[in-house]
Amino acid sequence: MCLAIPGQIVSKEDGMGEVDIRGNRLRAGLLLVPDADVGDWVLVHAGFAITTLTPDDAAETNALFDELEGLA
Amino acid sequence: MDDTRIEHLKAEIAGAARAVPGSNPIALMEVCGTHTVAIRRSGLRSLLPERVRLISGPGCPVCVTSQGTIDLLVDLAGRDGVTVATFGDMVRVPGTTSSLERRKAEGGRVALCYSVLEALDLARQRPGEQIVFAAVGFETTAPGTAVAVAQAQAEGLANFSILPGHKWMLPAMDALLAGGDVRIDGFLCPGHVSVIIGAEAYGPLVERYGRPCVVAGFTAEQVLAGVAAILKQLADRDARVQNVYPEAVHEGGNPEALTRIDQVFEPAAATWRGLGSIPSSGMAVRDAFAEADAARALDLPWPPQEAATDLHGCRCGDVIRGAIEPHACPLFRDVCTPAHPVGPCMVSREGSCQAEYRYGAL
Repeated sequence: MCLAIPGQIVSKEDGMGEVDIRGNRLRAGLLLVPDADVGDWVLVHAGFAITTLTPDDAAETNALFDELEGLA
Repeated sequence: MDDTRIEHLKAEIAGAARAVPGSNPIALMEVCGTHTVAIRRSGLRSLLPERVRLISGPGCPVCVTSQGTIDLLVDLAGRDGVTVATFGDMVRVPGTTSSLERRKAEGGRVALCYSVLEALDLARQRPGEQIVFAAVGFETTAPGTAVAVAQAQAEGLANFSILPGHKWMLPAMDALLAGGDVRIDGFLCPGHVSVIIGAEAYGPLVERYGRPCVVAGFTAEQVLAGVAAILKQLADRDARVQNVYPEAVHEGGNPEALTRIDQVFEPAAATWRGLGSIPSSGMAVRDAFAEADAARALDLPWPPQEAATDLHGCRCGDVIRGAIEPHACPLFRDVCTPAHPVGPCMVSREGSCQAEYRYGAL
């Protein structure tokens, strides 16, 4: 449950949003990343985006999850 | 994995390890469940010189949750009108006499959730029921809980509360160094905790104990880069905070998340499995949000009563402290398995015991 997974914000409203995580859309809290907007990459932990990531960093972290597949 | 880069890092690590004064073993501790799994899964230990040992500390949030807290949750799940909402790993942790899983099979109310937001939804949907969220986890998880507590108050959701088990990692790292019974020459600092608290948060720890604190990411390369950085500091006798995971971790962390924690929680002593009570390592609910504190709302014994010893010869406490490797526990693999776990380190995917069970001792 310490895991945090990169996702891309696809919608945002009232501090909540939908995040695309490896093809799945998940509802996530966005209040901890007030500057993040639709299209931005974020790191999602237990239903909350905890930081923004550059697209390159998101891709690298995603590669790690390919490596660790089945862990989440 | 980029093999050339890995080979380069291996050589760098070997060189730095040789340059560390003396001939003692060098023990580096990670305190993050995701590191534990990443290290075991990729067999990184086998790439290190014999002198360098990687040990796992109290990085698994489910594992460090005290037995008394588990027992209290099991008790709550059996009460009329109460539903315990919890992360999945928690339900299989054996309490003193039962577990949340068993209590649920007996008709107790336990709801699994991926996020505290789902617990909040439950409270909205079931106004006649008290939804108690088992709030465990480190700095990474606590800001979300703080958001939910504030939201519940704003909505007047009186039937939502949390059992306040969140913990700060730094006081535990401090307690491990102060305790002195486990040799730790440097810390591989937790990646996602550091996203929240920031790299600079480790400064006082380095100042007090003179041990390198290096923030590292999770790929094999990133972990090796972290190990190399610690060893170089030891070789140069130059202990400091170093951030080799700057893509996700900033010096000051996530100020918004820290503000949210501070709005709802205040530091308090907390009991960690394996480490005992550590001052200021817990997050107690501030008076302004007392209604959302299950301990006060339901008049529970808090902090919970703790049994004097671990159950059934389980040595999870020693594993969490880094005092023994999982295979040194007499129950490991023969009695205690992921299918029939005796202690939390075998229950959780991030626990040291399950990681060693799945991926081997290296």
